[in-house]
Amino acid sequence: MAMLSFERKYRVRGGTLVGGDLFDFWVGPFFVGFFGVTTLFFAILGTALIVYGAAIGPTWNIWQINIAPPDLKYGLALAPLKEGGLWQIITFCAIGSFVSWALREVEICRKLGIGYHVPFAFGVAIFAYVSLVVIRPFLMGAWGYGFPYGILSHLDWVSNTGYQYLHFHYNPAHMLAVSFFFTTTFALALHGSLILASTNPPKGEVVKTPEHEDTYFRDTIGYSIGTLGIHRLGLFLALSAGFWSAVCIIISGPFWTRGWPEWWGWWLNLPVWR
Amino acid sequence: MKSLVVVAGVTVAAFLTIAMLGTAGWSLPPIAAQQHGFRGTGMDQIQTKREAAADQAANQAPAAADPASADGDKAGTTYHNVQVLKDLSTEQFNRVMTSITEWVAPEQGCTYCHNTENMASDDLYQKKVARRMLQMTQAINGEWKEKHVHEAGVTCFTCHRGQPVPKNVWFENPGLTAKGLTEPRNNGQNMASPEVGLASLPYDTLTEFLGKKGLDDNAIRVNATTALPEGKGKSIQDAEKTYGLMMHMSQSLGVNCTYCHNTRAMSQWPQSTPQRVNAWHGIRMVRALNGDYLEPLKGTFPENRLGPNGDVPKIGCGTCHNGQPKPLNGAHVIESYPELAKATASAADAKPQPASPPADAPK
Repeated sequence: MAMLSFERKYRVRGGTLVGGDLFDFWVGPFFVGFFGVTTLFFAILGTALIVYGAAIGPTWNIWQINIAPPDLKYGLALAPLKEGGLWQIITFCAIGSFVSWALREVEICRKLGIGYHVPFAFGVAIFAYVSLVVIRPFLMGAWGYGFPYGILSHLDWVSNTGYQYLHFHYNPAHMLAVSFFFTTTFALALHGSLILASTNPPKGEVVKTPEHEDTYFRDTIGYSIGTLGIHRLGLFLALSAGFWSAVCIIISGPFWTRGWPEWWGWWLNLPVWR
Repeated sequence: MKSLVVVAGVTVAAFLTIAMLGTAGWSLPPIAAQQHGFRGTGMDQIQTKREAAADQAANQAPAAADPASADGDKAGTTYHNVQVLKDLSTEQFNRVMTSITEWVAPEQGCTYCHNTENMASDDLYQKKVARRMLQMTQAINGEWKEKHVHEAGVTCFTCHRGQPVPKNVWFENPGLTAKGLTEPRNNGQNMASPEVGLASLPYDTLTEFLGKKGLDDNAIRVNATTALPEGKGKSIQDAEKTYGLMMHMSQSLGVNCTYCHNTRAMSQWPQSTPQRVNAWHGIRMVRALNGDYLEPLKGTFPENRLGPNGDVPKIGCGTCHNGQPKPLNGAHVIESYPELAKATASAADAKPQPASPPADAPK
């Protein structure tokens, strides 16, 4: 496999968390490591179980394949395989492979001597998933509150779970999450357009420097966050979006059972203008 | 100066956070599992076990009075001016009267409706209203038995709960009535009204959808029936009015949208729960009762019982349900009161003279 001339120096020995030197090797360009092995194990097992679930289900239509969690009556116990048990094992495999992948990222960070920004960011995404299928179901006392694995079925779950609180857009954490998602994409659009513009000058002009970029934004919006700052801001916005998404679903049910519009009663009832 | 602003900002934020955490009414697990759809569809009712227990305790049906003998003189011969229940025995009649007092006016007693010097007199408007309400109760338990109330039935207590005026009645809501160009107007929405669960949705939807008898059956339907638009269809404003009515129904029954709907396709009957059929009839029942029994009382109620538009108090879903999917925990309250279970022959006689008495009636 063709490799970049500078790639070899990244293959640093050590930095593993588990297993010492045992799995400290590469397959082609890919680092393996203990967590690479566990990632593969869980990913393959989980995918195979999804295919098995589809095989015993009523359809092979990719949109309609549905692996649903157990009935609420099973609570936090194990359910029979064909009545949600499959969902439970697949959930276990999914978390196993996601967390393994994050820890593999940690090992790579340690090899490279860089910060843990990437595994941390991925950790927030894992946290959002775990909120949906573990934390919230655990708080509510039944695995059945988790979302089903299926392209359309999980969307139906989202719709119904939103309508359990009459009007989900009034959920304050959902508001924050949505705002952060939009701001993330907005910031990325601004940043992307800036980079594309400065690196693709008209014929006859030179590629623009960061000073030029800073000047552009100081001229247009009065402030430039700078070349390093924009990436910190992007990370903050994106992680906030994921974090508040997790919060908005964890509070829906365990800590709030009525319509979300009603939640704003506390604001209407402030002694200032009650 | 700058640090002063920061301190002020942090203080305000801290107070708001404390108010939000302390007064919003957060709940805590454990949650009572109530699944209403196939697993994984998210069609669940969400209530903590504590809330469910409190609901149940607050909605206990009262014990029925001991049965009375059907022998002896009819109430119509013993007493004067008995119109609806005159075919009961005197003992049975007195039993119902005692129960009504407990259900509707336990503190005020008989004198809430009756002039004690002449119990037969229709002096008090309350007595005329009560007579009409007896007929309404019979209609609910008779005409609407199969369609809505089934074996549970209703008594006066279902709505009144020991209060002369039931807690959950509603009036037309005129909202802001801007006249000049400079006065504020809100297009009938954005008032955080309790009728629509404090949402910004239109607040007078009950007048629109529950106040008009014989409204078009499709009035509240807003979903398109074709994949692509083929005409003008219903507007977003219409959809919000329907949403407002649905908020009222959810709040009234203490359930969420998924009690009746699979929200992936709100309008589809095959994907809805059986409860939606009951609700569909319930909407028609409320409209009919408001039109047939409450509106005709307009001349009977004194002014202080009327709404801002001079309209009579009207019923909605919450009047009976009081925050429960089945009023009074689903108790079969009508079993012990067969005289209220269907329109009596004598009640039919009384119909031509509804609550607004003829001009020559004794004052």
